[in-house]
Formats: sequence, C-alpha cells, structure tokens
Amino acid sequence: MELLVSIIIGVLTACGVYLSLRGRTFPVVLGLTFLSYAVNLFLLVMGRLTIGNPPIINDNAANYADPLPQALVLTAIVISFGMTAFVIILSLKAFLEMGNDQVDGKHRP
Amino acid sequence: MSLSLIALTPFLGAGFVAVIAQLGRLHAAWGAGLVALIALLFLLPHTADAFSGKVLVHSIPWMPMLGMDFAFRLDGLGLLFTLLILCIGLLIILYARYYLSDRDDMGRFYAYLLMFMGSMLGIATSENIIQLLIFWELTSLSSFLLISYWQTRHESRSGARMALAVTGGGGLALLGGFLLLGQIVGSYNLTDILASGDLIRSHDLYLPMLILVLLGAFTKSAQFPFHFWLPNAMAAPTPVSAYLHSATMVKAGVFLLARLFPALSGTSAWFWLVCFTGLVTLVVAAYIAMFKHDLKGLLAYSTISHLGLITLLFGIGTPMAALAGVFHIINHAIFKASLFMAAGIIHHETGTRDMRILKGLWKYMPHTALLAMVAAASMAGVPLFNGFLSKEMFFAETLFVINLPWGWLLPAAATLAGIFAVAYSLRFIHNVFFDGEPTELPKQPHEPPRFMKVPVEILVGLCLLVGIFPAFTVEPILAVAASSVLQGPVPEHDLAIWHGFNTALFMSITALAGGVILYLIRKPLFTLQERLERLFDFKALYEFLLEKLLAFASAVTHFLNTHSLQRMLFIFMLFVIALGIFGATATDHDYDLTGERGILPVDGVSLLVAAVLVAAAIATVVMHRQRLISLVLLGAVGLVVSLIFVKFSAPDLALTQLSVEVVTIVLMLLALYFLPQQSPDESGKWLRSRDALIATTAGGGAALLAWAVLTRPYESIAGYFLENSLPEGGGTNVVNVILVDFRGYDTLGEITVLALAGLGIYALLEHLKIAGASHDSEGRAWDEDLHPTIMASFARLLLPLALLVSMFILLRGHNLPGGGFIAGLVTAVALVMQYLANGVIWTQQRLPINMHKVTGYGLMIATCTGLASWIFGHPFLTSTHSHIHWPVIGEFELASAMAFDLGVYLVVVGATLLILVYLGLVHHQSHQMKPRKRIR
Repeated sequence: MELLVSIIIGVLTACGVYLSLRGRTFPVVLGLTFLSYAVNLFLLVMGRLTIGNPPIINDNAANYADPLPQALVLTAIVISFGMTAFVIILSLKAFLEMGNDQVDGKHRP
Repeated sequence: MSLSLIALTPFLGAGFVAVIAQLGRLHAAWGAGLVALIALLFLLPHTADAFSGKVLVHSIPWMPMLGMDFAFRLDGLGLLFTLLILCIGLLIILYARYYLSDRDDMGRFYAYLLMFMGSMLGIATSENIIQLLIFWELTSLSSFLLISYWQTRHESRSGARMALAVTGGGGLALLGGFLLLGQIVGSYNLTDILASGDLIRSHDLYLPMLILVLLGAFTKSAQFPFHFWLPNAMAAPTPVSAYLHSATMVKAGVFLLARLFPALSGTSAWFWLVCFTGLVTLVVAAYIAMFKHDLKGLLAYSTISHLGLITLLFGIGTPMAALAGVFHIINHAIFKASLFMAAGIIHHETGTRDMRILKGLWKYMPHTALLAMVAAASMAGVPLFNGFLSKEMFFAETLFVINLPWGWLLPAAATLAGIFAVAYSLRFIHNVFFDGEPTELPKQPHEPPRFMKVPVEILVGLCLLVGIFPAFTVEPILAVAASSVLQGPVPEHDLAIWHGFNTALFMSITALAGGVILYLIRKPLFTLQERLERLFDFKALYEFLLEKLLAFASAVTHFLNTHSLQRMLFIFMLFVIALGIFGATATDHDYDLTGERGILPVDGVSLLVAAVLVAAAIATVVMHRQRLISLVLLGAVGLVVSLIFVKFSAPDLALTQLSVEVVTIVLMLLALYFLPQQSPDESGKWLRSRDALIATTAGGGAALLAWAVLTRPYESIAGYFLENSLPEGGGTNVVNVILVDFRGYDTLGEITVLALAGLGIYALLEHLKIAGASHDSEGRAWDEDLHPTIMASFARLLLPLALLVSMFILLRGHNLPGGGFIAGLVTAVALVMQYLANGVIWTQQRLPINMHKVTGYGLMIATCTGLASWIFGHPFLTSTHSHIHWPVIGEFELASAMAFDLGVYLVVVGATLLILVYLGLVHHQSHQMKPRKRIR
C-alpha cells in the first residue's frame, strides 16, 4: 500500500510540474491544483498509513491515525482553494486586460 | 494606570476625531482639543509627585520571558516634555482650526496630529527603551503623514519622503544602539540603564553603541550633516511646522541626549562627537538662515542652529551646561512655536512667504508685528526676553574649555553664531514689517481672525514672563527636569538678568552689536552666498545617493528577474531538483531507501482506485489543451483524492476535499466561460520533452521521498492531542479540537487569509464588464434556456435539506467528522447550486445577504471568542466547555470553541460565496451585452 501511495504522490507531482510549466494561464492553474493535491496527500501520509482508525476518541479503538497532519491538511485544502480562486480570477483579469492568456503577461502586439 | 493613558489617549482620540469629523469640520477641532485636555487630566494627578522629584514607574507585563514590560515612567524631564507637548499641542490645535482652509480635510489633519502627539508623549514617558524606540518610529511615521498632508503637492510628498528616509534610517541605527545598550546593562529599563553609567562607559561596546545612539538622535534633531530634511519638511502646513519644530519631533533627539545623559556622557568620545556636531550645526545653520528668502526656511535653519546649541551644551557635559541645555529647550519651544505661528499668519493673510516680496506689513498688521517682534527678540537673545537667559548661560559654559589648546575657538564660534542669530532675527522683523511699501503682494494684507492670535499671544506672554521673572516662573520645572537629567543634585544657579560685568555679558553685547552691523552690510554677503550655495547642496547629494540606490536595486531586480513566469518557474524547478539530488547524494553514510517499518497489504479495490487516479491525472495532462475536458478529468482526480482520505482514516479531510472540489470546479467553469476554450499548441517538441523530463524527475523524487518516509517508523506528538482532546478540549473529534482549540490561533490566521482572498477577488471583479461569447468553441450557439425548469425546481427542493445537513455537520463537528470548515463549504455548495440552477438575480432577490458582512462577522465572532478568554484572565483563545443535553441530538458538549467554529463557518460561507457570486454576476451581465468575437 505504501508503494501505491508513493506512486500516486509521484504522478500527481509530475502532472503538476508539467502543467505549471505551460505558457498559458489555465493549464498553470490546473498544475497548481495538482501540486496542492500532491502536497496535501504527502503531508497527510507523514502521519503514516492507518486504515479504519479515524482520530475520533471512543472506548473501543486501540489506536488512532495521527490527527495533527490531518488538521494541518484540512486548513491547507481550504487555503489552497482560496489561492486557486485568486489565481484563476487573476488570470481572467489578465486575459481581459491584455487580450491573451500568456503567463508572461505579454501585451497585445 | 493613568500614567500609561497619557500617551495612549491621543491614539484612541485619533480614531474618535476621524469619526466625529464626519459630523462637521469644527467637530474635529473641538474633539482634538478635548482629547488633548483629557491626556492633560491624566497627567494632573502625577504632577505633584513628579515635581517633588519622585520617579513614577508603571509597568504592565508584556513579554515577561524576555524581561520586557510595557512600562511608563514620569520624572522631571518626562514631566517637562509632556507639559510642553500637551500645552503647545493645545495651542496648535486652536491655531490650526483657523489656519486650515475649507478645502482641507480637518478630520484627517487632527487625527494625524493626535497620533503624532501620542507618539511624542510615548517617547517622553517610556521606561522601556525598546518601547521608546517604537514610539520614536511612530513619530517618524506620523510626521510623514503630517508633512505630506497636502498630498497633491509634489514638494509635500518629496519632503515627507525625505524626512521619513533620514529619520527612519536614524531610527534603525538607534535600534542597533539600544540593543547594544540592553546587552551591556542586561536590562532595557531606563532605571537600570541610568544607574549603570560606569559599567556602560567602561564597556568594550561603548563606542559603537554611542555612535549608533547618536546617529539616531542627530538625524531626528536635524544635526549636521543630516539637517537637510528639516527645511524640506517645510512643505507641511504651518501648524505642523510650528509643532514639529518647537516642542516635538526635532526635540526628540535632544530629549534622548538629555535622557541618556547620566549613562553615556562624561567620556572624551561623547565630548568630541556631541560637541563637534553641535558646534558645526550651530554655526553653519545660523549662517545659512540669514540668506533664506522663505520665511519658514529662515525659521527652519534657525531651528537647526538652536538644536545645535542645545546639542553642544549637552556635549560640554558639565552639570551647569546640562541645566542650560534643558533651559534652552523650554525657551526655544516657546519662542519658535510663536514665530512659526506668526509666519503662518503672515502667509495666510498675504499669500506669500517670500521675503523679497514681503515689506512694510507694520501698517496692515501691527498687532501681529508686535507679537513677532517679541518672539524674534527672544530668538536673538535680547535682554528681558527668555532667550537671553539661556543664551547667556550658554556663552558662560563655552568658556569651560578656554584653558585647553585652541580652547578659545569654542567661545569665539559661539559668539559668531550669536551674531548670525541676531542678524537673521533682525532680518525677519525689518524685512517683513518695515523696509518700504508692499506692492507685489498677492492679497491685500490685514489682521487675522481674533482667536488665531491667541495662541501666539499666550506664548509671547510667556517669553516676557520667563524673561523678566525667571525665578518665579520657570525655576521649579527647570530644577526638577535638570535634576532628573543629571540624576543628582542640581548645581547652584541664579536665574537673573543681571550677573554683573562678565565675559558672557561681553559676548552677548558683541553678538548684538555684530548682528546689527552684519545686517546693515548684508548686500555683498548675499551675492557671495549665492555662489557658495551650489557647493554645499546636501539635498542634491541625498537625491543623488537615492537615485543611485534605486538604480542599483532595479539593476539587481533585472538581473534576477527574467520577466517570464515560464522561465522563472523552469529555473525554480530545476533548482529544487538540483537541491534534492544534492541532498540525496552528498552524504557519506549509506542509507537504505526502504526503511524497516511493516508494509500494509494492497487490496484490489485500492489498486483499481489508484489506477483510475493515475489514468485521470495523465489524461488531464495529455488533454490539457482541450480545457473543458481537462477540467472534468481534474474533477475526477480530486474525487479520487478524497477517496484516498477516506481510506486512510481521515473522514474530515474527505468531506472537506469533496466540497472544495465542487466549489473549485464550478469556479473554474465560470472562469473558463470567458477564457479561450483551447490552449494553442505553442511548445515545440523539444520544449515538451524538456518539461516532461523535469516533471518525471520531480515526480520520481517526490515518490521516492514518500516511500522512504512511509517505510520508516516515527515518533509523533499526536499522543498529547489524543489524550487531552476530550478532557481539555471537550470534544472527541481530535482533528476538529486541534483546529478550534489547541491550534485555534493558526485557524484564526487561516480564515483571515481566506477572507482576504475573497476581498481581493471582489476587488478584481468589481465593475468588471465583459461580453461573453455567443457560441461555444465548436461554433454552436448557447442554449436559450439558461435555467432548465426541472433542475431549478429540484435545486430549490434540495436547499432546505442541504442547509439542514450543513447545520448538523457544524453542530456535531466537535465530536464526529464535521466542523466549521466543512459545514461552511456544504452551505456554500448548497447556495451555489441555487445560483447555478436559478440564476444569480433570482437567488439574490431571495437571499439579499451582503457576503462582506457575513465574512466580517465571522472574523469578529472568532476573534471575540478569543478575546473573551482575556476577561477570565486566560491567554487568548483559551477554550472552556460543559455538557448539555439537547432533545433529538442527544448528549452534547457545549464548548466555547463552538462559537469559534461558528466564526470559521461564517467566514468560509462568506468568502466562498463572495468569490462565486461576483463571478456569477459578471456572467449574468455578459449575457445581456452584445456578443464579442472570440479571442484566441
């Protein structure tokens, strides 16, 4: 299972990096979203893999998943939504002002 | 307690004045006067103690671990300065009410002025030197605002910037000096510092510390060669100049010299540095003042010169010289404030400050002329006026070094400066009020409104009272201030006008006679000076240096910034990969990639889900030029990621990811409507393979890293949270308890960021009008039916259910998966569904809620929950909880963290909808505008 998770993180990172190196804004935003998936997943599994033991206190549970990375990732998801939203609106505005969606902000010739 | 309120009242008052200024222009003036009076009232109960020589200290714990307190102190010197700042401040407030014209914003002016007043009071009453420095920098900032009050004028802005650059730079040096001083003494409290003079003077770090502290004091007090900012700050409204130059701002520098006098003075380094700077400033500035044609310019240089005189007195360092220094601080404040106000009246009533145009105003404004004459006589050091007394003390003190080789130079230079001072004072009077008829004035001159002269009259009256009856008026405050400067007994002194025929009197007479003669033969000197002026232009030097600095900064920026995100990101990724490879190979030890932790078995479902995710991710990349398809695929990836969260025991994350996914995809779809539907095929084969190589390397690195970590055992601090979640936080959902309780402060920061992102997007979208495309990318027209009936009806039916679910999730969040973040997102999704299905306008009519307010209330509730714990004496955001039994829902932990979670909920709802609704509105408008051509 660890191998599977590592591969998933690797694939998400690779897709994110490739897309964020594109020259148009929309793919770059997609790439950033991929990167945030990869980072969130990576952060979560820093608490190691635990199946079927959510960190909710009850008398029958023997052990729990590490709650700390989960708390960090939860806010990270919300913040990366805020960031994605900001970037996509910024790219929309840039597109309208410059007439193209080049990431380098080149003005209309 | 009221000790700390002296300095804090004006800061609170600044906000008050800014608010009441909206009721009417004069409210601001009255309000400001009231605030200054209240601060004076807070001072009143302590005056008797301070007068009797007691040192009052009041401290509030601030950072006890660092030994830092928020501490205020009132002693003789502090009392003198607070009185000067408040009393002259009151007169300035009255004066400014008549000075400012109808077009000037009174509220802004008085708010800035009060902020400045508070900062100065803070300097005068700080016990902790770091706190003193904070107030010191606040004076730089608030004086920047005051000098640039007329923001539309170029010279206001550049003058303010220069003042900020010079005094702010000095503030940095002072910070360094204070840190060293704190290191030497082992305490940042003035009481300790003033008591350890010997330790400080014998310490190895004494000299660097002294130089840094003096840099701070000299820049603030406009000492040579940092004096040039002061004349350029004359662009400020005259009440500001009068205040800055008399009791405040520039006096902060000499205040610091006086304050630290017992700790730092008494070494030859102190003597030479302070004396020399003071002497050069005294003479050079007095000389330049003679030739200024601008009334305020003349006064500015005269201020610099008088500050040099005070500095020189502290540099001489005898107890008597320090006493004379304190005395001259008082006298200069009184006559300089009145002179500036008089200059302001002249400018106000004639329309000019140019002394080449001003002439013979005696006939038109005799009353003002009389007041100005008294103040100018005091500035020149004419007997019977207050300036004479301290100036003669100064002359007497310069004789202190007469026995040293070249010792005669000091009294000679002092007398020379005295001659210049008499000459420029004479010019100020003769040139403006006599010397012919005014012919070229822009306005017909006349006396100002009655009450505009009152502040000047009060000050001029003081000049005379102090000048004639010094022992009855100024002696008590002078004695107590001087004793706190000296930290010991005050030397025998006799504040009398007549001390018999002595050298000092002879110097005074020489200065008076010489000054008159110099004024009479001024014509050839003016021609000479015009040639010299170009040689010593410090303003030009400053501007030259500034220009070089900016050019250097932009060269560095150009070198580092390629102005291409694509290229910068490429370099960045390459660098990160290089760092990773370096980190992995540069170690001597041989580590196994795989650790010794046990591996979980793989099951078929997981394998299938992983295969789906990998396939969807790769497909997104392959299809990324077809934007809509890639977006759909991205959504699939996000859903699978939330399944992974479910699998690995993170139900909260799964819920969050699921709802965020919905909102993100909707948002991107909305944006995609306006953006091109396809990306052009721009990258060549080579570029694509290069990026693919980088991407696979990065991905491979991440995968290897994850593998290496996942196969190793670790120690976590999770145990603490798991153990304490229920007893301390009152909730069984540990993730939620961490968010709202253990790490509540982080969460507060995060929702603030989210709120800011929402506001930022709102700012970007406000007033945005775009015409949408009339056809999709394949040339098909959009459907006429924007809101299909079946979908709309179902969405409406679902709304109450969805809201109910979100409330349920919010309430149970503390114990079971859920909480503010998730509930907020679910609510947002439920509402967004209405917007999508029924249209923005339809929904807004039924849901007329201002999302700005929702976000704001959310932040307020979260912050107030945190603040509430202060009331009970606990640190910020301490949580408390108890049990209640709710019908239907059952046993229920009611924790104060629930209120915090409510704040989180509101911010998430508010910010999310703020973003989506405004984009939706833009969308709606686009359908009503003429379609435009597609832009590729």
